[in-house]
Amino acid sequence: MSDLPPYPPLDPSNYDLIVVGTGVSESVSAAAASSSGSSVLHLDPNPFYGSHFAALSLPDLTSFLHSNSVSPPPSSPPIPPSNSHELISVDLVHRSLYSSVEISSFDSEILEEHSRRFNVDLCGPRVVFCADESINLMLKSGANNYVEFKSIEASFVGDSSGELRNVPDSRAAIFKSKSLTLLEKNLLMKFFKLVQSQLAKSDDDTTTVKISEEDMESPFVDFLTKMRLPPNIKSIILYAIAMLDYDQDNMETCRHLLKTKEGIDRLALYIKSMGRFSNALGALIYPIYGQGELPQAFCRRAAVKGCVYVLRMPITALLLDKETGGYKGVRLASGQEIFSQKLILDPCINVGLESLSSLTDQQNETLRVLVPKAMINKEKIARGICVIRGSVKSDVSNALIVYPPKSLFPEQLTAIRVLQLGSGLAVCPADMHVLYFSTLCKNDDQGIKALLSAMGNLIRLPVPESDSVVENVTCEAKPLLLWRALYVQELVKGEFGGVISSMPSPDENLNYKETVESAVKLYEQIMGSEELFKEETSLENTTEENEGGVEIDEN
Amino acid sequence: MHGRPRKASKPEEEAASAAKAVKLRSLQSQFMTYHHDKIYTKEAIELSTKLLEINPEAYTAWNYRKLAVEDSLSRIGPDPSLVKPILDEELRVVENALKQNFKSYGAWHHRKWVLSKGHSSTGNELKLLDKFQKLDSRNFHAWNYRRFVVELTNRSEQDELQYTDDMINNNFSNYSAWHNRSVLLSSLLANRADGFVPEKKIPDEYEIVHQAIFTDPDDQSGWFYHLWLLDQTVNVESPLLTSSWPSHGSSVILSGAGCFNGSPSNFTTFCSETGSFPLILYFDQAVGGVSSLTVTLDSELKGNENLVWEPISNKSSQVSCVWVARLNFSSQPCGSKDYKVKVRLGNSPGIVSSRGFNFSAPYEFVFTAHVHDPAKDSQERIVSWTDGFELWDAQSKDLNSLVTLGQLNAGIDLKWRQAAIDSEIECFRLLADSKIGKLTLARLLMASEAMMSDAAVKGVHYEEILQLYNDLMALDSSHHHYYKDEHSVAFLHKVTSSSESLSRYLFRYRDMNNLVCLRLNKLSLSRIASVNKLLFVQMLDLSHNELHSTEGLEAMQLLSCLNLSHNRIRSFSALDSLRHVKQLKVLDVSHNHIGKHSVDTTRYLCSSPLSNSDLSQDDVRRQNPGLVTKYWDAYFVLRDLNLKQLDIAGNEIAGDEFNSFVLQVVPKLVWLNGQKPGN
Repeated sequence: MSDLPPYPPLDPSNYDLIVVGTGVSESVSAAAASSSGSSVLHLDPNPFYGSHFAALSLPDLTSFLHSNSVSPPPSSPPIPPSNSHELISVDLVHRSLYSSVEISSFDSEILEEHSRRFNVDLCGPRVVFCADESINLMLKSGANNYVEFKSIEASFVGDSSGELRNVPDSRAAIFKSKSLTLLEKNLLMKFFKLVQSQLAKSDDDTTTVKISEEDMESPFVDFLTKMRLPPNIKSIILYAIAMLDYDQDNMETCRHLLKTKEGIDRLALYIKSMGRFSNALGALIYPIYGQGELPQAFCRRAAVKGCVYVLRMPITALLLDKETGGYKGVRLASGQEIFSQKLILDPCINVGLESLSSLTDQQNETLRVLVPKAMINKEKIARGICVIRGSVKSDVSNALIVYPPKSLFPEQLTAIRVLQLGSGLAVCPADMHVLYFSTLCKNDDQGIKALLSAMGNLIRLPVPESDSVVENVTCEAKPLLLWRALYVQELVKGEFGGVISSMPSPDENLNYKETVESAVKLYEQIMGSEELFKEETSLENTTEENEGGVEIDEN
Repeated sequence: MHGRPRKASKPEEEAASAAKAVKLRSLQSQFMTYHHDKIYTKEAIELSTKLLEINPEAYTAWNYRKLAVEDSLSRIGPDPSLVKPILDEELRVVENALKQNFKSYGAWHHRKWVLSKGHSSTGNELKLLDKFQKLDSRNFHAWNYRRFVVELTNRSEQDELQYTDDMINNNFSNYSAWHNRSVLLSSLLANRADGFVPEKKIPDEYEIVHQAIFTDPDDQSGWFYHLWLLDQTVNVESPLLTSSWPSHGSSVILSGAGCFNGSPSNFTTFCSETGSFPLILYFDQAVGGVSSLTVTLDSELKGNENLVWEPISNKSSQVSCVWVARLNFSSQPCGSKDYKVKVRLGNSPGIVSSRGFNFSAPYEFVFTAHVHDPAKDSQERIVSWTDGFELWDAQSKDLNSLVTLGQLNAGIDLKWRQAAIDSEIECFRLLADSKIGKLTLARLLMASEAMMSDAAVKGVHYEEILQLYNDLMALDSSHHHYYKDEHSVAFLHKVTSSSESLSRYLFRYRDMNNLVCLRLNKLSLSRIASVNKLLFVQMLDLSHNELHSTEGLEAMQLLSCLNLSHNRIRSFSALDSLRHVKQLKVLDVSHNHIGKHSVDTTRYLCSSPLSNSDLSQDDVRRQNPGLVTKYWDAYFVLRDLNLKQLDIAGNEIAGDEFNSFVLQVVPKLVWLNGQKPGN
């Protein structure tokens, strides 16, 4: 980036808020702050929008993963705090989110030819639920005007046999399902009806309680058992509808045992998503041109409201008041110093430990959220991207596949999710598909092993690898692998630190529910419980007008 | 389209609708002037267009447009290039009207009318329908119109069947789609279209409807289709003879008036004043065309060459399940001579079911008649229902010859039907926790019993069926009467399922020549069934039940004594079917509800019978027109019976006035309410 032409100095150099990084949470905050009338400077060190949520071409993705998988050496020796100032400057370091990055191309020629026709997500597999908070926020902010969606046509549950069975997630799907017995259909529909009546109940809140308080507090998996649901259906509900990660039947390895209450909430989101847009085929939609469109839409919204954007502009240091230790501003890579009341940072931006030692307690307190936490016993998420020729299921282009825990191999501790996307979403050339894989893991090896197992289940490798878990490489029906990326991403939570806040990394979830909810919460803390996008007061109008605006093409 | 709550209208909306009404009224009055004056100018037609766009329900306007179209067509001649624009304009108006209200009968009808003129593209219509049916997949107008259009095109029924598949897959809660499916399948199966054989298709259909029923048992559309399928499985198209009297291989003892004092061990003794006995044919469905041409008789009994066959039916139609001919035996020389009678039917066509299917399987049966001298017994003793009964000690072979049925199930493709019902039973045991599941299971079990031919397992399901109906009565009180009736039917099927079970209810009545008496008292029966297996019964005790009517008993042509006391008969009209039972001498309807309910619903079904000039005036009507009007229902029933003994005590209607009226109508009555009249 050093060969880029120098930026002209920014003017003004004083803002209410500086946001660094253009991920979803940062962009929502920038848009919300701008629309509430604050002056906002939005910076990103990268030449593209989206940060860790960006959709990139294959070469860009490759270089992004590589450059973010090793901590770059400090760019320059720390500049000694200049005494001419009343300010002290603290150097920032870049934390790498990714590890075990391995990218292999099996047909470079073809990929080279089409390389710019790919829009590949960094944070995949990821979709939007129609009733998801992110859609609400887009409608509320008007960001929906900049994005178009299409439906994920089908959702499947897979296992080691290689067979993909439709997820019976609606009345019609249960009716059509070929894999459920009559009694299973009956029990499953009964259960859905119970959930629906439970949801209807909370709306008029006078009718009798359908699910007892005791059941609501009990583990969801036990409740499903109580409802006489057989194991295969329980597994569909837990992992392919409620989208849980951990094996709910294994107390030792399950880090999050879901309560019935939470389970019902998750099903509620799914059920509401199914019916929300009449032209959507199911609960899940995906933005055309990739997930990068989402943060970008919020950025555009922010720009319309006066937010200033500068890409390719890292910040190198924070400026603190020498006396009080309070935050004053940032130093850009261009050397310019910019001041603001508040600061929101990308999760990769940390304070170097060596810098901390020389600071006062006051100053340390200001920088609290930027101090790297010890990463003991923290789960990570293993992600994989495959470009394939053909489709994993004939007649279906955009589909979600879930491998529940233990479905692929006995030691599989967490669910593996796979999302296949086709050229209809403008993410790849016409005869190919992009497949995203993800699973939670304790360590890199475990995660990569699980992903490879799922890949082997769906895809044919051009060259059988000696150490591969893949067994059925001879299966001719499977689509051919052209390109593959494997990487493990750290999960960093967002943190509110008064004046300086740090935003979360992409989470392990399939949707943006938690990301957006935490962004909203953080924003409210930062800006003082100010309601997001309150300016768009005629909410009812906007929603109605825009309901069709979340365009979901039938084709 | 469905399940949307109605919103209360706001004041401004009401004002708008009032303004619309004013505009509509003025349009309408202008339109009516044009219509009455038969003005079909461009301006007048446009006015009707405007009217219909606002109010597609204006039927007169649609009719006016038809007249207008006819008018202009008559002026321009048959040139298609001139005709088409006129018709296209009509289609456009209809389409606009349908956009306004797509349940407008008038609009859909007008469209059919235009289409039937020819000239219009049916392909366009199907496209339009696809659009409408996407908007509201259950709209039966659209489905009706679809059938109409498809008839005009050469679109195959298979394609249409596929269309119902698609619609059902989309949302199976769609009566219209299921219904269309049954229509299409009936036709495809009847025409034996390739691959459409019932033994293959019906089980496939069961498989499909299971998916709907099990997914959502609360949705009725699938259950309706299931009921239709069950009907297709159980009902055999061509009619069958289920029983006869006398039955095959049986012997009857015939004697003239009075009673025959012969050996009681021989069972069927029939006494007749007229010297004839009934030959009863009982079919599984209503048939017509039973005559001496279609039923041939090889008989040693003389004088029965041209038998008159009569349908026994309450409706004065020429179709009935039960047909009776009276065979004369009085011209035979007396003495213990046996006469063989052979009855053959189905050899020549002519017996046709009401649905148009021929009785096709030839069938014959033989019985023996012994003609005896009449005994002198002019004593008109009162028949008591309390004593004089002895449990009948008949040999089971005698009984068997009574209840063994003739043609049932012979030569029918029963195998797939039984298999289908068996797998249905297995399937619906899984859903037996719901009301409709229980009811369906009960129906299936009944169907299974009806198809069983193996005597060893016959009857195994009845206990379960009765229990299911008992459960249903407890669970679902709003349909209690229906379940009660079904329970009675099942119970009577059980009683008649074997000679062993039947014999428990069979007695002989000592005082009257050891008449065979069936005592089905105190069983809380609310409906009569299985009569086809009870044709031999001469004395029937149905007292202490919950019967409302005697419907079904008309087939029991040998019945001479009937006890209906302590039931729920509400009027004499409910006894109407007994008018066919010419042999009936003793009738006890005491302790019922006759006359208790001032409003007799059956009256509304009759169009003032007394004003019917066909009915001959008899003495009673001439002498006592007031009482006849008051007790007309009793009059019509009793007049046609030849009762000797009648008990009506314990009914609201009973009293001196009514008693004397009864004696006028039935002068031959010997016992009224246990007393000799005049004493």
